[in-house]
Amino acid sequence: MTSIFKAAATAFMLTAGTMAASAQTNLRIGLAEDPDALDPTTARTYVGRIVFASICDKLFDIDDKLNVVPQLALSHETATDGKSVTIKLRPGVKFHDGEVLDAEAAKYSLDRHMTMQGSFRRPELSIVDKVVVVDPLTIRLEMKSPFAPLIAQLTDRSGMMVSPKAAKEAGDKFGLRPVCAGPYQFVERVQQDRIIVQKFADYWDKDNVHIDRITYLPVVDSTVRLANLRAGQLDLIERALATDMKDIRANTRLKLVTAPELGYQGMTINVGKGEAAKVFADKRIRMALAASIDRAAINQVVFNGEFTPGNQWVGPTNPYYQQKFPAPGRDLAKARKLIADAGVKTPIAIDFMVPNNPETRQVAEVIQAMASEAGFDMKIRVTEFATSLAEAEAGRYQAFMLAWSGRTDPDGNIFTFAKTNQPNNYGGYSDPEIDGWLDEARTKSTLAERKAVYEKATAKLIDEGGVIYLYHRLNIIAHTTRLVGYSQIPDGLVRVKSLKLN
Amino acid sequence: MFTLLGRRLLQLLPTVFFVSVIIFLLQQLLPGDPATVMAGEENDPEVIAQIRKQYRLDQPLPMQYLYWIGGVLTGNLGESMRLKASVADLVIQKFPVTLQLAFMAIIIALAIGITAGVISAVKRDTGWDYAVNGLSLWGISTPNFWLGIMMILLFSVQLGWLPASGYVSPFEDFWASMRATIMPAFVLGNSIAGILMRHTRASMLEALESDYVRTARAKGQSEIKIILKHVMRNALTPVITLGALEFGTLLSGAVLTEQIFTIPGFGKLIVDAVFNRDYAVVQGVVLVTATTYILLNLLADIGYILVNPRLRS
Amino acid sequence: MSAVLANPALHPPVESPIRRAWAKLRHRKGAMVALVVLLLIAFFAIFAPLIAPHDPVKQGWATVRKAPSALYWFGTDEVGRDLFSRIIYGARASLSAGVISVSIALLLGVPVGLLAGYRGGWVDSIISRFTDAMLACPFLILAIAMAAFLGPSLSNAMIAIGVTAMPIFIRLTRGQVISVKVEDYVEAARSVGNTPFQIAFRHILPNIAPQLLVQATLTIATAIIAEAALSFLGLGQQPPQPSWGSMLNSAQRFLSNAPWMAIFPGLAIFVTVLSFNLLGDGLRDALDPRTSDR
Repeated sequence: MTSIFKAAATAFMLTAGTMAASAQTNLRIGLAEDPDALDPTTARTYVGRIVFASICDKLFDIDDKLNVVPQLALSHETATDGKSVTIKLRPGVKFHDGEVLDAEAAKYSLDRHMTMQGSFRRPELSIVDKVVVVDPLTIRLEMKSPFAPLIAQLTDRSGMMVSPKAAKEAGDKFGLRPVCAGPYQFVERVQQDRIIVQKFADYWDKDNVHIDRITYLPVVDSTVRLANLRAGQLDLIERALATDMKDIRANTRLKLVTAPELGYQGMTINVGKGEAAKVFADKRIRMALAASIDRAAINQVVFNGEFTPGNQWVGPTNPYYQQKFPAPGRDLAKARKLIADAGVKTPIAIDFMVPNNPETRQVAEVIQAMASEAGFDMKIRVTEFATSLAEAEAGRYQAFMLAWSGRTDPDGNIFTFAKTNQPNNYGGYSDPEIDGWLDEARTKSTLAERKAVYEKATAKLIDEGGVIYLYHRLNIIAHTTRLVGYSQIPDGLVRVKSLKLN
Repeated sequence: MFTLLGRRLLQLLPTVFFVSVIIFLLQQLLPGDPATVMAGEENDPEVIAQIRKQYRLDQPLPMQYLYWIGGVLTGNLGESMRLKASVADLVIQKFPVTLQLAFMAIIIALAIGITAGVISAVKRDTGWDYAVNGLSLWGISTPNFWLGIMMILLFSVQLGWLPASGYVSPFEDFWASMRATIMPAFVLGNSIAGILMRHTRASMLEALESDYVRTARAKGQSEIKIILKHVMRNALTPVITLGALEFGTLLSGAVLTEQIFTIPGFGKLIVDAVFNRDYAVVQGVVLVTATTYILLNLLADIGYILVNPRLRS
Repeated sequence: MSAVLANPALHPPVESPIRRAWAKLRHRKGAMVALVVLLLIAFFAIFAPLIAPHDPVKQGWATVRKAPSALYWFGTDEVGRDLFSRIIYGARASLSAGVISVSIALLLGVPVGLLAGYRGGWVDSIISRFTDAMLACPFLILAIAMAAFLGPSLSNAMIAIGVTAMPIFIRLTRGQVISVKVEDYVEAARSVGNTPFQIAFRHILPNIAPQLLVQATLTIATAIIAEAALSFLGLGQQPPQPSWGSMLNSAQRFLSNAPWMAIFPGLAIFVTVLSFNLLGDGLRDALDPRTSDR
């Protein structure tokens, strides 16, 4: 009964709110999915990060060149032995509940990420031994061993600071009403319908926040999302389709903003997991499959040529991209020769697991047609997400269309995928040399040093690794021309600070 | 009559029990581990083990069932793994949405169904009759999801008259709410309209040939008066009862329609939950839907008994 | 009426019921048109390789999403395949899904219904409550869960739909059995020492067959829609083989720039389902002894 009253009261307040708010600016953002719980410690979806971008500031952020820039921190300094990092915090920062962000609060947030039951941040921060409060505005992270990607981890959810008071009170229900230190504060969420946030009056950088209110609306169907943007029911949509880009460009009332993604789209190959791995155990067969694929044609047919073909775990615009190994063209003769040399009878039947997503399915169908010319019989098995994870885990597949949303640091795109027995190494790839290089790269601190180590790994993985990289998407954002000042950063998140709505 | 009612009420218990078992077992049959789905991209084994423990996924099946059903009996439907919200709250939040949709759909269906059914019965074997018959077949034969897509194409993409997605509560903004729900409600009501139309026609024809109508005609009453006063009153009761029954079907039939129009109701909640292996949500929502359906059935039966005194004995 | 039905085993009527029903059915224009359309679709499905102008799985990367033309009557799809040919081949998936899944439902549902109706008592109570329970659960959710469990393929989708549609036939059979089991001919069969099994299958089943046939025809229509819905969710026919539902699924992304991709497969489903409904209606009237020839 009480909940009915509560609902009625909310409805009333909302009505009253809408009336009073007529002069306020409201930015309506169309999301491609419904986010999960909004607790930085337990959140796991990409779409959730888009919402966090407005409510939870992080210790560090990244800029459009992927450089780490300070946000809630002012600076960081790594000790000469590489085993500790000292972070200075920005003074005068307040959480949405008025609590002050000091070293104790920062330590609380990091400890929560590292120890709370059900925390998904734990593996990201597993290298941290403990967090020490140096003075009221300084903390020191002491590590078990040198770990170059640590600061990059703090540019994402692991670096988000939560109000200790609110977090202690709410426990594992914190995600229903998050209290952070971002430019907007959480107002209300109706599951699968909308999330409303409003401008936080005591934000540390409040002069750069112009829009009063943001409403996030999950609209799964991309056609519908775009139709709503055109009709003026949304002001900005994320993940528009490559095939719709032409229409968006042609529309004078819309603006298209893109940035290459941090992740990759590829085909995971079972090279070492169980009975099914037999086919690709001979690396010539794996190379033949790779050679039979025309990456440029996939890009043209499925994505109107808008994306970028790729053959590495980072895209061509990434500083860690190895220019030495450009994405190869299709070489059917080579593919046929490799198969003949291996002495395998064609057609080679391949169990090809494909997630139930129309775009991925289309890519898979094109690959199916391409590979058949080299002598592969790729049998597509459309598998819904939850099942595909279980199948991949068990090694019940031979090829698997799998994408990775990407991390700021290249380590996040390769370490858990290629190192022996790591959780995302679905292909069961195992090689002591690769393991050694991946570990080594973590201890180097400069870009040049790390890139040199990765170069050795790239050369080897292109031929025999558990992933055939195919292409890199664009983060495609479309918004009305009423919205001014929007720019896109490769992580795909929608940063709302400094935007204006006319 | 009361013994009959009592018996029906007693039958309810085993049915609901079976529903709970069916849905629980079906969930368990699904491949894939909810903990792995939950663990997301990072896929850390330690985290997965912790989730399994937290949600008792590491316990034997009968124990899991007992925990769940024990919770249900004490009014606790469990917690959504994905949204970390209580299932009862989700039900309270979503049920009104689907209820509104089903209610509008049934109004549309009754309006179309009865009007068309009456016309076709009164104008039996004329062009009108055939046209209405065609209309009812159209309603029954159009796949819901296709009709939905086509309506979005026409009214939202091409003409831009109606929003293609979303939901607004009628208490918040009545007209916006109508605009947002009219297409899905029509799509849902469309198939029911066909069924109601046929039943209206059949039951009208029966009434038109009954003794009391003959008597009324013999008395020289006007045809319109006969139809309005005698025929419709008698013929429409079973149709409305059927409407109540179909209302139950609508609650579960909204699944795909809500998916297509992105209406945040029961259907969308449950499909998302199935694909995310959010066990507690699937179980809770199906249990509530099925129980509502069974209760509506019971009400329809009671209504039937009340208007058909012959069945009381 | 009851005189004719009193003991059909001993005194077969002069005019067979099938012939009489056919005579009545022939006069129902709608049903006959539907029958012709269905035969035509079945013909298309069987002889698809001869009729289809293009290879249904042959991709044409230069002809992606082309509008209908003289060369491609219904246009092309997202990888340049001919939609018309795919719809013709897709008829195989839809028709077999409809017929096979309903056969499964009949095979499972009728014996159980016979058992429940004939035995009565606690057996009947348990079966009936279980049937009620299945009917109370959302049809599509049951089908999705079962199809996901069995693994995505057309044959598994058929099984899933068949099992989910089973309670309809249990309930119908049970009701029919209860209403005929008190008839004289059943009593007669029992008194001459027939086993319950013989009575159920030899004497009761033939008498309730017409109702089952009508329901089966109408359920085929529902099953075709259900198959399309499962394929629409990726749980039916696997690519590159076409099915009308999966074609609609791919079409959804191109609704504004290639609407033909959604229109034609939908029309195909509509026409087929409509025909089954019309035929079912016709059969109901033709097999109903109460209606007279018109």
